Amino acid sequence: MITVRVCEADFDVGAETERLIKDGVGGIATFLGVVRGDGGLVSLTLEHYPAMTERALQRLAEQAARRWGLAGVTLIHRTGAMFPGDRIVFVGTTSAHRAAALESCAYLIDRLKTDAPFWKREAFVDGRASWVEPREIDATASARWC
Amino acid sequence: MAKILYFAWVRDAVGTGEEIIVIPDTVTTVGALAAYLSDCSNGHAQAFADPERLRAAVDLVMVGFDAPIADAREIAFFPPVTGG
Repeated sequence: MITVRVCEADFDVGAETERLIKDGVGGIATFLGVVRGDGGLVSLTLEHYPAMTERALQRLAEQAARRWGLAGVTLIHRTGAMFPGDRIVFVGTTSAHRAAALESCAYLIDRLKTDAPFWKREAFVDGRASWVEPREIDATASARWC
Repeated sequence: MAKILYFAWVRDAVGTGEEIIVIPDTVTTVGALAAYLSDCSNGHAQAFADPERLRAAVDLVMVGFDAPIADAREIAFFPPVTGG
């Protein structure tokens, strides 16, 4: 079962993980991304391309489910204004055994960073604000799954 | 007529997030459209100054600048994504 959600509201990691448990599932891998409050960051605003975002996430989830034969995938990504420590993104994958769950979870967060239309804008304590530049390391991490 | 969308700093530079334009018949690819749009205003020129910094989607699918735009309803230009 695939669950994809893009919303401003926070999510409950425990409840989302619990929801992934069902007969035949032997392993659940989860990734939780939070706002990193370093370098004087006071807030992070996530912009996205509404018509395209859920579609892009759904496509990634389907690719992972097919490639690793997963029992379940949950992808949740928040948008709007967030603050250091806030939850931004949740990836949960389930399978009969751990390897497929762990690998597909890494695949999904790597690919989400290069394939889903989100943009981060950072605001700092000294009043500066800027769009986050893409990192080469993210492109490399995503490309290793091709 | 096609809807053109801009996101993040591309929208900031252009000055709007959305515009409807009539694409000339001679403009047949995403890259050609970017070049065409760059002549629309100083803001557009700034946004499209370095196409290497831009990405695009045609009808909700990410594509390269050599992709055709025939019959496209919605074309979006934006920086490389930074979610997650």
